Amino acid sequence: MRMKAVPAPQSVFEKSSPGRIGCNLPKADTPQVDLASAVGRVRAAVEWPEISELDLIRHFTNLSHVNYGIETGFYPLGSCTMKYNPKINEKAASLPGFTALHPMQPVPTVQGMLEVIWEVQSFLKEITGFEEITMQPVAGAHGELTCLMLIKAYHDSKGEGETRKVVLVPDSAHGTNPASAARCGYEVKSVPTDANGNTDIAALQSMLDGSVAAFMVTNPSTLGLFEVNIHEICEMVHAAGGQVFCDGANMNAMVGTTRPGDHGFDCMHLNLHKTFSTPHGGGGPGCGAIGLKRHLEPFMPSPVLVRADSGFGLDATRPLSIGRVSSFHGQALMAVRALTYLSAYGQEGLPEISKSAVINANYVKARLKDALPAAYDRPCMHECVLTASPYKKNGIRALDISKRLIDYGFHPPTNYFPLIVPEALMIEPTETESKETLDAFCDALIEICKEAETDPDLLHNAPQTQIVGRLDEAAAVKNLDVNWHATHRDKVGAL
Amino acid sequence: MPYIPHTEEDRRQMLETIGVQAVEDLFREIPPSLRLKRPLNVPKGLDEHRLYGHLRDLSEKNVDLSRVTCFLGAGIYDRYIPSSVGAVISRGEFLTAYTPYQPEVSQGLLQTIYEFQSMVAELYGMDVSNASMYDGATAIAEAAIMATYVTKRRVVAVSEAIHPHYRQVLDTYCWSMGIEVRGLPAASGATEDLDSLGQDVAAVVVQYPNFFGTIEDLGAVKDAARRVGAMFLVSADPIACGVLPPPGEFDADIVTGEGQPLGIPMGFGGPLLGLFTCKREFVRQIPGRIVGRTTDHEGRPGYTMTLRTREQDIRREKATSNICTNEALMGVAATVYMCAVGKNGLRSVAESTVRNTQYALQKLTEAGGKQRFKGKVFGEFVLDLPRSATAVRDALLAKGILAGLPLGPYYPGMENSLLVAVTEIRTKSEIDQFAAELKSALAQ
Repeated sequence: MRMKAVPAPQSVFEKSSPGRIGCNLPKADTPQVDLASAVGRVRAAVEWPEISELDLIRHFTNLSHVNYGIETGFYPLGSCTMKYNPKINEKAASLPGFTALHPMQPVPTVQGMLEVIWEVQSFLKEITGFEEITMQPVAGAHGELTCLMLIKAYHDSKGEGETRKVVLVPDSAHGTNPASAARCGYEVKSVPTDANGNTDIAALQSMLDGSVAAFMVTNPSTLGLFEVNIHEICEMVHAAGGQVFCDGANMNAMVGTTRPGDHGFDCMHLNLHKTFSTPHGGGGPGCGAIGLKRHLEPFMPSPVLVRADSGFGLDATRPLSIGRVSSFHGQALMAVRALTYLSAYGQEGLPEISKSAVINANYVKARLKDALPAAYDRPCMHECVLTASPYKKNGIRALDISKRLIDYGFHPPTNYFPLIVPEALMIEPTETESKETLDAFCDALIEICKEAETDPDLLHNAPQTQIVGRLDEAAAVKNLDVNWHATHRDKVGAL
Repeated sequence: MPYIPHTEEDRRQMLETIGVQAVEDLFREIPPSLRLKRPLNVPKGLDEHRLYGHLRDLSEKNVDLSRVTCFLGAGIYDRYIPSSVGAVISRGEFLTAYTPYQPEVSQGLLQTIYEFQSMVAELYGMDVSNASMYDGATAIAEAAIMATYVTKRRVVAVSEAIHPHYRQVLDTYCWSMGIEVRGLPAASGATEDLDSLGQDVAAVVVQYPNFFGTIEDLGAVKDAARRVGAMFLVSADPIACGVLPPPGEFDADIVTGEGQPLGIPMGFGGPLLGLFTCKREFVRQIPGRIVGRTTDHEGRPGYTMTLRTREQDIRREKATSNICTNEALMGVAATVYMCAVGKNGLRSVAESTVRNTQYALQKLTEAGGKQRFKGKVFGEFVLDLPRSATAVRDALLAKGILAGLPLGPYYPGMENSLLVAVTEIRTKSEIDQFAAELKSALAQ
């Protein structure tokens, strides 16, 4: 059923008219100066839009109406943990005692903020089983990169930096793993997955030698499965002199149940915007805390948060530190949100996160088993990876099923990842979704799978309910338009 | 917990559908030796009232800038944030979305990012902007690494007058990739020794205005870079570019910056907003997301992430960067800011900054400080004092004035130097009071 077409929103540049302004800005009450004598040559005015405050608010409100977030509806994007972001987090992070702090203020004036970061670190140490946590990395991939830098510095300190040039990455890994390894100057080799969805131990053993710096393992894996041999894997890599990194994107499956530090890992990254409910913000800011064992502690990024009798301090004088990895102290306001979340759940509540997340994923997998089979027939953890390959004979691909879900009012799951599963649909419901929501979602998918047999064009032509249908991505590259001024100014002539 | 909706009955029915007796059965694949068999050793949960009280108490242990007058800058500035910014970025449709992998349900965010890219490119006088980097420091590091890919050279020459933290981050990133970083001295307050560049240099990096507030001679830096075939990289303050000729007018190849002054709270330095722009010819080497405008199958205009074959989820170890999540929501904040102040508001903010800075320079000099460097400044300057800048800073803090950044810890020999920033929101009376307190502090 074709919905009423909504006209495409105008760009903000087309709403601009000379002389309007969207804010009553503060103006200096100091004496006038001659600009040119103060700063030299002055540029022509910057062509930012001129728009009243109401029109500005309407512009962005209307744009928000054509954007889907967790608060709009179910968002089962696998590997991204799109759980509810509690309102109290935002309220706490808006306190002026946190927002109006300069990052280079004297340390005695920011003791409350340092205590927040310290408290988050304490929670995360206990939840992950690592001896040290640093909040310096600002996103997940940044945390991966920082962990690899620690590993590089560790091998350097043992005189093995020149020989250990290889990082092993499973064929099921997130793209950021090999990209981060390359960014740290490493050669990347891919480790295969066995028929049961675990790391192929024999293949791994054959790749382990004195050239290996690290093995990057996602646990639970991107297949949503617990890596059952993880302890043995860590021992094998350690026996060969390598280090083992845990990609913590899937920590939501393990909170209060099992700890990566106890599995044998040397370091891990966490996505506070996944497991610990800081909002995803349309693609960031993230927050990429990392955990590490004692032997990597001397290399921690600078500065290191320390606690003394006199209060909290920032130690930037450690001789073996890899150095600074971001401008200041990581995502401080995200740490406030994470602490709010962790403190709300507390000791008795935290394990319920992983339990309910795992129930939800297994429930979806069970309800869909006839329509969309699981890639591996094992209990899944916090997400399930299903395959749409039964419908390929009708010319239906995973993407078509995903696009049709939009017409049913749901955000699609992750498509075509992990790469080793054909026609993958990766569904992560999270613990904050009710049985009713999951039932409605599963009912929709079952209906769509019937449509795939009876009326495949419904899927090919989906979605039909949004202001745009499928976009011409080849044309987007061929006729590259990434800057309105470069492409449209002359045509519109308004400016 | 209000965040978990399951009732006992829900759980029972769900476990029955799954075909297990108990939740624990779902965890049976975890080897028993790896299971946590005790409660987590963390505090008990707090109800929402006590939770808010706990966080409020922690926040009140800080001396925030509602309690002191801020003359501290150094890359993060106390500027006015229009109310519309917070109103827009707290909308759940933006706040709780993720990376717009599904463009049909993400047009709002995609169009906003396209508008962001357009306005940032216009500000810097560049062809192309990406959808954001983490912060000003990592944006410089990414730009330098990109220059090593483009030029196939392995040395980066960087001014000693860039933010010391930016230099430290650049050093960390370059160490891990085996790229050499060479410093260009700036004892005069501006970048020197431009004739010393070798033919092995991939990029020359300067800040504009530089860390000391001095407006660098970009034309001279560009000429020096061109003589050796190096790329010309600038980290530029966005508000300064409201009056100064933008780096694009000097033929810069890559221009980065810290977007915090565009409507983002200082927030103890995070989250911030890395700006990244370049010439069109380098667009396929850009790190991170880029949004493009195109059409759907019926010819309707729409927006989508584009040039995706540069990115880690497609190219893996051959990607132009490992960045995935960026600072999208801070990009939305900056977009609202840029629209709210608009063409005339930006000029007004920048001009007010210049007026306040010139006035503070005059008053603080009269009070016993001395401007250390000769060049023209925007928004910030180095004041030499007759005694330790840290001691003076601490004395003024007791009077409710956050006087600036003592430079001794960053530049040996500058123990008596204070970096002072003056934004558009400072008033004549605040500056007068700063001068009076400085005079009395120096008299003691």
